[in-house]
This record gives sequence, structure tokens and C-alpha cells, in this order.
Amino acid sequence: MALLEIRDLHVSFETRDGIVHAVDGVSLAVDRGRTLGVVGESGSGKSVTALTVMGLTRLPNATISGEVLLDGVDLLAMPTDELRRVRGKRVAMIFQDPLSSLHPLYKIGWQIVEAIQAHERVSEKAARARALEALREVGIPNAADRLSSYPHELSGGMRQRVMIAMALVLGPEILIADEPTTALDVTVQAQILDLVRELQAEHGTAVVLITHDLGVIAETADHVAVMYAGRVAELGPLTGVIDHPEHPYTWGLLQSLPSTEASRSEPLHPIEGSPPSLISVPSGCAFHPRCPYVMEVCPRERPALLPTTPGHTVACHLPVPTRRAIGSEVRSQEARA
Amino acid sequence: MNGPFAQRPAIAGNGGAPKQAAPLVAVESLEKLFPLTRGVFLGGGRGQVHAVDGVSFDIPRGGTLGLVGESGCGKSTVARLVTRLLEPTGGTVRYDGKDITHWKARALRPLRREIQLVFQDPYSSLNPRRTVGAIVGEPLRLQHIGSRSERKTRVREMLEVVGLNPEHYNRYPHEFSGGQRQRVGIARALITTPKLVVADEPVSALDVSIQAQILNLLAELQHEFGLTYLFIAHDLNVVRHVSDRIAVMYLGKIVELSPAEELYAHPVHPYTEALLSAVPTVETTAREQLRHRVVLRGDPPSPVAPPSGCRFHTRCRYATEICSAVEPALIDHRRGHLAACHHPLNTGARTAALATRTA
Amino acid sequence: MLRYVCRRILWGAFLLVVVSALTFVIFTVFPSADPAALRAGRQATPELIAQIRHNLGLDKPLYVQYWLFLKGIVLHFDLGYSYQNSVSVKSQIFTRLPVTLSLTAGAFVIWMIVAIPIGVISAIRSRSLLDRATMGAALVAISAPVYFLGLIALFLFSNDIGVVHLLPGAGSYTPLSVSPWRWFTSLLMPWCVLAAAFAAFYARMVRGNLIDTMGEDYIRTARAKGLSERRVVGRHGLRAALTPVVTMAGLDIGILLGGAILTETVFNIPGIGRYAYDSIINSDLPAIEGTVLFGAFFIIAANIFVDIVYAFLDPRVRY
Repeated sequence: MALLEIRDLHVSFETRDGIVHAVDGVSLAVDRGRTLGVVGESGSGKSVTALTVMGLTRLPNATISGEVLLDGVDLLAMPTDELRRVRGKRVAMIFQDPLSSLHPLYKIGWQIVEAIQAHERVSEKAARARALEALREVGIPNAADRLSSYPHELSGGMRQRVMIAMALVLGPEILIADEPTTALDVTVQAQILDLVRELQAEHGTAVVLITHDLGVIAETADHVAVMYAGRVAELGPLTGVIDHPEHPYTWGLLQSLPSTEASRSEPLHPIEGSPPSLISVPSGCAFHPRCPYVMEVCPRERPALLPTTPGHTVACHLPVPTRRAIGSEVRSQEARA
Repeated sequence: MNGPFAQRPAIAGNGGAPKQAAPLVAVESLEKLFPLTRGVFLGGGRGQVHAVDGVSFDIPRGGTLGLVGESGCGKSTVARLVTRLLEPTGGTVRYDGKDITHWKARALRPLRREIQLVFQDPYSSLNPRRTVGAIVGEPLRLQHIGSRSERKTRVREMLEVVGLNPEHYNRYPHEFSGGQRQRVGIARALITTPKLVVADEPVSALDVSIQAQILNLLAELQHEFGLTYLFIAHDLNVVRHVSDRIAVMYLGKIVELSPAEELYAHPVHPYTEALLSAVPTVETTAREQLRHRVVLRGDPPSPVAPPSGCRFHTRCRYATEICSAVEPALIDHRRGHLAACHHPLNTGARTAALATRTA
Repeated sequence: MLRYVCRRILWGAFLLVVVSALTFVIFTVFPSADPAALRAGRQATPELIAQIRHNLGLDKPLYVQYWLFLKGIVLHFDLGYSYQNSVSVKSQIFTRLPVTLSLTAGAFVIWMIVAIPIGVISAIRSRSLLDRATMGAALVAISAPVYFLGLIALFLFSNDIGVVHLLPGAGSYTPLSVSPWRWFTSLLMPWCVLAAAFAAFYARMVRGNLIDTMGEDYIRTARAKGLSERRVVGRHGLRAALTPVVTMAGLDIGILLGGAILTETVFNIPGIGRYAYDSIINSDLPAIEGTVLFGAFFIIAANIFVDIVYAFLDPRVRY
């Protein structure tokens, strides 16, 4: 059984401009010790899905339905107090900008100790020792001194390491990382991704890595979910989705990547148009206004997520053979170039 | 004002443009020091930040120079020095043959028509209280070009050129998406028919599919209007697509300067090698070589206290004793491919020996 | 940091000199009345007035008067003698200082105790009916002038003329050392009246700051760590939200120590503010200079103090 299973999750928010359908029928699964990559552009619903798993979207203007099963127990049905004990201890989350995500007025050691003491009855001294150990494990030099540092005194890469240390210090079963490297330089990004991989191997933590960068996904994920407009477009093992993509949106994403290997003189192949507003999602298949292969049925009927190869599901009306043909064409173009 | 947007003869191709004409931009030993105001008394600086420390390059007319580096390398400062938003503390900036290094604001004003900037953040670079039409038309207004109705016509033309609906003249920035706002920024930059466009990370804040749209647009516009670009980015993939030559910066200095293709095929400087291998990619072959990735240790050192000798030596896996002692010179390794390194990669033994001897 | 403090102190001293000079110019060029004539009384003859003028030193050239004045302060810490009654200005001010201190301290305690909880609750339940009601009331309290509130308070509650005979009326201030109970009751109304506008202002400020702070990313991280909402608001939100509030309070106390003129006048409290008012009416230049300088001193000192404290409260600020 999967460690975390999200079943038909719907999250919408009532706002002044209308109802925002942030998550519209999403089903995902994360296995123990494995990495699920969730890729999508802004407004795809990936962050809201993660925040909902953590229980951080229980706001007065939010409507949430579906199930989020952690080891078989539904987190959505859990009372707030009980959920608070899960949050941070069994499921931890790190965010995009480590400078604004750490409290600027408290020392790092204090913040990590607080995380520990929120869930376990340990003395200050013991907690500090654990915090020190955690900082060492994420590769921060002079860890003992760093406990008394403030966040603004560290570089971006160091700060993100601190966030990771703080998230993992209690040994959670799942780590959700929401765009953890987007704000970092590319060489630092490589370090952080390496670190997460190492820690996962060491502690067996499942990782949900949310990003808009397909390259990052390709290098770190075991399974991939491609999200668009609050829905899942394609879901499957890494090699399945990246090497044999079967959704026009995935093709578009792959083709619009400028790469260090494609030919320079050809223009890039962007996806026409812009991501839709989540208040007025296009009818039927949300991607149809931008899809080069749109058919008559697409605006009428929303495609269901159906299996193609084992473990690989796609939500598209195109017939399977057509999809496979186009998909391999797209991939060979990329490889050839 | 002449009628519609004047067509300039399209310069033949990018890359290797015949260099008969003098380069549009020529920068030599450019330097910018910022005093650290930690001291209490005026100017009692406790040291200085060498944001830009001896940078030289040319940009030929109609060509594109890509400037790549990580945060703190000084590339944005270079952009501001070239456009004279800042005054250099050393070196020279030549534009169209004229030495504009120390020109005052009044002398620079007419130049502002010819040199324009596109900024990174489409959310904060547009005034939210003004309509898109007013924003795009502002440069014309400031330069006193044309009457109000002529300006309006020109603005509508420009909106169309960048792929926006001219009917949206009276809309506000918040009514547009990020990609569309960036198009507005580009329209604003191009409305005075500039010769030089400095783009400071123009696509970094955009989604991947929109990035591709904007990059295509920039390439089209360059071809159509004969623009010269200085394109600044931290993403090596992005800069490759639009550049003829690429300069890699590290801690205020250029460590490698080469024709675009060459850089990716045969990087010479270890930092470039690390940058290239750090970029995560979808390509299967590259993924399989993940084991061979060069992962740099540590963080980029602070520009306040740059390391001695070669600034990269603290993170370089090929570093030897000479690297911490002597700063390597930027020398030509092969047909216009320059690098500053004591142990250059991908070069013949001869150029390598030359490098160590000159150093 | 030390150099920073020294520099601020030097600047402060310079400012005080400038303030004293400006005050001097204003009141010699535009006096509200001729102090000599006032002193002379109703049946003054011109000769008497001239004599008094000479005695007070008012016939000397202006720059000489100013110079003597400066000399007095710097060398002897002597603020001169009142034109009205030849009493030492310094002694007058120091006698009244404890009164103003009492008034300020009490008002401060009340306004902080009222403002912070209201601000916090309004922020947490922003847009609710409670929030709108309290912020509306705050607006009224800020808008109502002190003398208006003061007179209403006296009308309602004072022992002599009020509707309800609850508290001592105007002019009944007694020092703490004489009768603590009466000291307390006589100051209760002035405290509340003075605190009203401040409490309202600070409640709005706390609310605004806290709403901003609660939208920050580090609050999301705090919740993600599984902390209780009370801790998230109390330790993470409030800590950041209150920093500017503390510094503002420091500045306001500095200003109040210079004398809350309106409150002291309405309630007839013998503080520095009342003294300042009287001396302006009487064109009593030494007294005016004395109170102005005292006020300026407290404000400058409060500014320096607040900036130093801020550096301790926010580690990102470094001098």
C-alpha cells in the first residue's frame, strides 16, 4: 500500500472575484522511500495540493473534499488538533524562499529546537544536541556556531540546508518540497538536490518534489505527475512519462525547453496562449484552448485519467496509438537535435 | 515623426557577423567599486565591494552577447554600467564609438533613446497605477517624440508587434499574465527604436512555456529591427538560444568568453564546466551521466573578500598551488575563445602551456 | 555601535542649541505680551516698566541676551529666572517633573494594556463584526480632541460638578508622597483621557502590523512545523509585529514627557505642560526656553534610545 494516497481531492476557495478551483479532482500516490515529482506551471494546483495534505488550507473560505490517506488514515477527516501532531512530525514541508521562510528575528538553533519541542518532550539541552546533529548532517560547516546565527547571516544555499535540517530533524516519513531550488543558483541547486537524494537514501524518507523544472524532475523523481489547471494530466513512472509522454501538455513542456543540446538556429516551440485562470477553467478538457491536437469532443467532455502502459495513466481524448506515435516523435526530435 | 516603426535593414544572421563596422558597444577594463557603509563617518568605508573588477568585451552591431553567472557575480552591475545607470569607477564604456564613461545626465539623455532596458520582474517593473498604453508610450513622451495622437498610434503598433491586442491600450498591468506583462516591458523598451537593448534576466520569472514564447519574440524582433542585445541570465540554456557569443562571469570577472556553440561543446574554464553539468536536464544521455556531474563544494565567496589569485580556486577541483597565488590572464585559446585559467580544459597542450607561462 | 551612539549624542547637543536659538528668535521677535509690562502690573508708569526692563536685562542687545542665556546653561546648568516672579526656572521645572512623569507613566500603562489585546483580537478576527466595531470606536477616540474628552469626563464623573460623584475634579492633584490613594484617583480621569487617543492609535497599528506579519512566509513555516496556532501568533507573529510598536511607544513617551499641555490644562494638573502654557501666555522667555529645551531634550533622548533598542530587537539592523 502506498504511504500517502490522495483520492479525488477537490479544493476551492471563495474569493471576491469568484470561486477559485485550485484543485479539481486530483489523485496521487507516494510510495515509501520513493520520490514523486509533481510538475506544472503557475496555477496548476500543485502547491495547494501539498498545503492541503499538510492541513494548511483549512480556511473559512475553503471547500475541501476527497481523501488524503496517510498509512490508511484520512488526514482530511482528522480534527485540527490531531492533525497538528502529524504535521511536522510525520509529514514535513519545505518551501521556495528560505530567506522569507525562516523567522528573521530568532536564531536558527532556537527555531530548530522549537520544531523538536513542539512534538517531543525533551530538554532544551537534548534538543539543541539534536539540532546540532541535524545541521551537521546537512553539511553546514561550523554547525555549532551556526546554531546562534540569524537567518540573514547565511547564504541562500545554507539557509535551504537549514530548512531541510529543520524539516528532517524529527524523522518524518514524508518530506514535501515546494520548489526548493527555484530561488537558488544552479550550482547550489545541484548541491541541494544531491543532499535530498542522500538523505532520502539514508533515512528512507518519501519525497514529494514540486517544481516547474522538468529537468529537476527527470533527475530526481521515481514517479511523475504532470498537473494542469488543478487537474492531473499525466501520471506514471519517470521513464514512462519522460521517455514516452502521452499528453499534449507534456509534449508542449518538453518541446518548449531550451536545452543545451537542441539546435540553436531553430526557434523554440512554446505552447500557444497562457495558463488559464482557475476561476473560469475552460470546459471539458482544461487544456483544449492551447492544444494543437484538439478534437471536437475535447471542449465538451472532461477526459478521465485512464491507464495506458502499466502504472502510467493519462487524461486525454486522443486515441492511444495516436498519442504513442506523437509522443515518440516528440522524444526523438529532442534526442536527435 | 516618421510614419510607422522604421524598418532597418536586417543584419545578415547572428554569430560571426562580418566585423567591418566598429562594435556598437565596447567595454574595457570596466570596474565598479561600492564602498561598504559600515563605518559611522561619511566615506569611512570598511572596505569595498568589487562588484565588477576588470571586465572587457565588445558587442558587434546586430549581434547578441550573452552574460551568464550566478548571484553576486556582477552581471546586473555590468548591465547598469553599460547603460550608464551607474558610473564606472574605472575602465571605459564606448557606445557607437563615443566614450560615454563619464558623461553627465544631460549628455546621456539623447542616448536614452538608443539604449533601452528590459527588466526581470514583469510584476514590479510596470507601474500598477498606469495603463499599459501610458507605460509603453512614456519613453516617447519623455523624449518629446511626436504629438499625443502620433504617440498613441505608435503605441498601438508596438503592442501588436509584441503580440498583444492593441485594443488593450487602456488596461492595467494586473489584468495581464506574467508573460503578457513582459511583452509590455519589451514594447516599452522598443518604442523609441533603440539600437541597443540590455535584457536583464527577462525570462527568469516566467513559466517555461512562456519563456519559450518570449525568447522567440526577442529573436524575431532582433532580426526584424536589427537590434543589438546584451542578454543577461543565470540559465545557460536560455542564453544559448539567443546569443552569438557568451561571457561567463564569476565574482566580478569574466572567466570565459566564447562563441556560443563552442562554449557548450568545449568549455575551457572549470567553472563553465561546473555550470554546464549542474543544469538539470531531460536528456536521457545526460541523465545517465549523472554520476559524472561536477558538484561544486561550498558557496560562492563574498565579493567583499574575493580569494587570492584565481578567484575560483577555492571551489575548483583542478586547483593547484599556482592558482591561489597568481591570477590567470584572459587569453585566447582558439579562434576567439578566451578563458582565464591555469589549467584550461579542452585545449591543446600548447595553449595550456601558454596559459601557465603567461601567468 | 559605540561610534554611532557618540555621533547621535553630538548631533543631539547641536540640535538643542539650534532649538534654543530658534525659540529665542521667535519669542523676542513675536512676543505675545511685554513681560515687563505684565510684571509691572495694572498701574504701571512708563518709568516703572523701563526700570523693570532694565532689571530683567531686557534692554541689552538680543545677541547679548542670548549669549548670557547659553552661558548660563552650559556652564551652570542654570535656566535663568522667570520674568514673572523671578523664581528659578530650573527649580520650577524640576518640581513639576514628577507630576508629568506620573501622568505619562500611568497613561502609557493604560494605553498599552488596552491597545495590544484589542489589536491582536481584531487582527485574528479581521473583517468580523467585532473587528469593525473596535476599529470604528478607535477612529472616534482618535478623532475626539483631548479637551473634549476631558471636559466630558469631568462633567460626568468629577466630585464637584459631575453627574456621578466618583472621582476628584480638576485641580485636585496630590503628589504620591502625600497621599497615594488621592494621587491615584485624581489622575485616573486624566490618564484615561490622555490614553484614549493613544490606545486607539496603537490598537490600529498593532492590528495592521499583525495582519501584515501573519501573511509572511515564516508564519507558514511555523504552522508547517506543527506549532499550535496560539504559539504561531504569540511567538512568531507578535514578536515581529510589536517591534515597530515598541519603538513608536518610546518616541511617544519622549514627547509626553515634554508635557501634555492640553490634558494638564483641562484637569489643572501642575505639570511641565501647564507651566509651558502659562509661560507662553506671559511671554516669560526664560520659562519658555526652559520648557522647550526640556521637551526637546526628552524627544532627542527618546529618539536615540529607541534606535539603539531597535538594533537589539531586530538583528538585521546593524550600526
